[in-house]
Amino acid sequence: MYNIWTITKREFRSYFGSPVAYIFLVVFLLVSNWLYFQNFFLIGEASLRALFFYLPIIFIIIVPAITMRLWAEERKLGTIEILFTLPLNDSEAVIGKFIASFLFLTLNILLTLSIPITLSAIGNPDAGPMIGGYVGVLLIGGAYISIGLFASSITDNQIVAFIIGVVACFFIYIVGDAFIVMRAPGVLAQLFQFLGLAAHFQNIERGVIDSRDIIYYLSVIIFFISLTVAYIQQRR
Amino acid sequence: MINVNRLVKTFGATRAVDDVTFDVKPGEVLGFLGPNGAGKSTTIRMITCFLTPDSGTVNVDGHDTQLDSIEVRKLIGYLPENNPLYMDMDVTDYLNYIAEVRRIPGGRRKARVDEVIDICSLGAVRFKAIGELSKGFRQRVGLSQTLLHDPGFLILDEPTSGLDPTQIIEIRNLIREIGKEKAVMLSTHILPEVEATCDRVIIINKGKIAIEGGTNDLSRKAEGEAILHAAIKGPAPEIETKLSALEGADSAAVEKEIAPGHCRYIVRSAHGVDLSEQVFNAVVSNKWILTELSLEAVTLEDVFLQLTRSEESGA
Repeated sequence: MYNIWTITKREFRSYFGSPVAYIFLVVFLLVSNWLYFQNFFLIGEASLRALFFYLPIIFIIIVPAITMRLWAEERKLGTIEILFTLPLNDSEAVIGKFIASFLFLTLNILLTLSIPITLSAIGNPDAGPMIGGYVGVLLIGGAYISIGLFASSITDNQIVAFIIGVVACFFIYIVGDAFIVMRAPGVLAQLFQFLGLAAHFQNIERGVIDSRDIIYYLSVIIFFISLTVAYIQQRR
Repeated sequence: MINVNRLVKTFGATRAVDDVTFDVKPGEVLGFLGPNGAGKSTTIRMITCFLTPDSGTVNVDGHDTQLDSIEVRKLIGYLPENNPLYMDMDVTDYLNYIAEVRRIPGGRRKARVDEVIDICSLGAVRFKAIGELSKGFRQRVGLSQTLLHDPGFLILDEPTSGLDPTQIIEIRNLIREIGKEKAVMLSTHILPEVEATCDRVIIINKGKIAIEGGTNDLSRKAEGEAILHAAIKGPAPEIETKLSALEGADSAAVEKEIAPGHCRYIVRSAHGVDLSEQVFNAVVSNKWILTELSLEAVTLEDVFLQLTRSEESGA
């Protein structure tokens, strides 16, 4: 645990080692607020449904940008050789980096709390779906981060890591989307619905926190973290 | 003590390291020498637990690198090839981070980081971002990182590559200073470096150990001929014949005419035969005038070139 935390601290701080992190936060806030408020006054509904609809889609671009440097940069600089000759396990380094990215994403998400705070001031929103939505957003974000983490581990080029990450996140998002599921043949449709991130998100977004959905997201996270560890070990 | 035993590592079709066996003893500076691509870094990476060997074992003070990897890593300070560093971190932040992973307890950490900064003369740049530093300073940062946990073994992969001559001398002095207390293994493809810093040398070529021995032994071991240069004033044809007739001499010839009646001769003999006295006596007895006499020393460079060349022609 101690080692994981040491890695997490270094990674998290390195986000703020350059202005990129601040630019990132500002852009994320602008985009998410704009997408939410553009229809807000038309619909006139005090709920966060629109936000929770857009966030997983914004994440498809945003999360791979957060995770692309995690391993690609270590490989490019060669510091991976320092990291893996320090007295810590491969899995500790992988988990440490995962947590750092997750904390950075959480920071981004926390800043969107300005929206529900505004809503509470001007209307009377239902707290259940809002809390459920945020839990869901964190889970889906964590799943994306684990995918991006793996994408970053297979290349020493950040741009390549970013593109692989976006494609993979996009794919796993739309697989469970109604559009695909409805057109797929019977058995596949069920499988797709089970595998896709989006389908599980829809339940949580409605305020229904089902343990199956939570287990699903945690499984995705654990699967991709393990895949990253396995890949890194195999390369050595 | 590091025992490397029958180490093999293959990348695709190439055997990067092929049955390498050697020891690193405490208190010695071992030079690991070889042309680029000889398998130096691959061997080192297996010792430091970065790569897993295909077969063979590495044992560091009784801990096996595969069974007891974490323990081995605690005993070793390692500077990888090209000195990789996080460019956006401050020198002090970086050292603190390494010290933390190395489990130097919080109370002692600051003092230890200060000590290392002192040893490597990094005081002037301690709060600067590593990316802003000159190459020489970066090298010191890389070196200081290896010292933090006061390891018994230092493994340095081409520690002076890319530095300018003054920086090279500084780093070498630092290594020799450190080498007094620890076992140091350093790899290089620069020969004078080995002669300047190492007690013992292992020359590796195409993944195999070509030769192993003390730095001085190796120069002596060099096969081939001894070459003597003599500048003599006197009649050239006579000098040539008389010098070739000397006992032990294989041949003597004019190397270069310095002035009329004043030539530089090159006298070749079998390895290990020193003809300087005989040449001098010949000059005296014939009443010529000797202006220069020098024995061409066989350097490690010759040994090295010979070994790598013969390997190539054999392959």
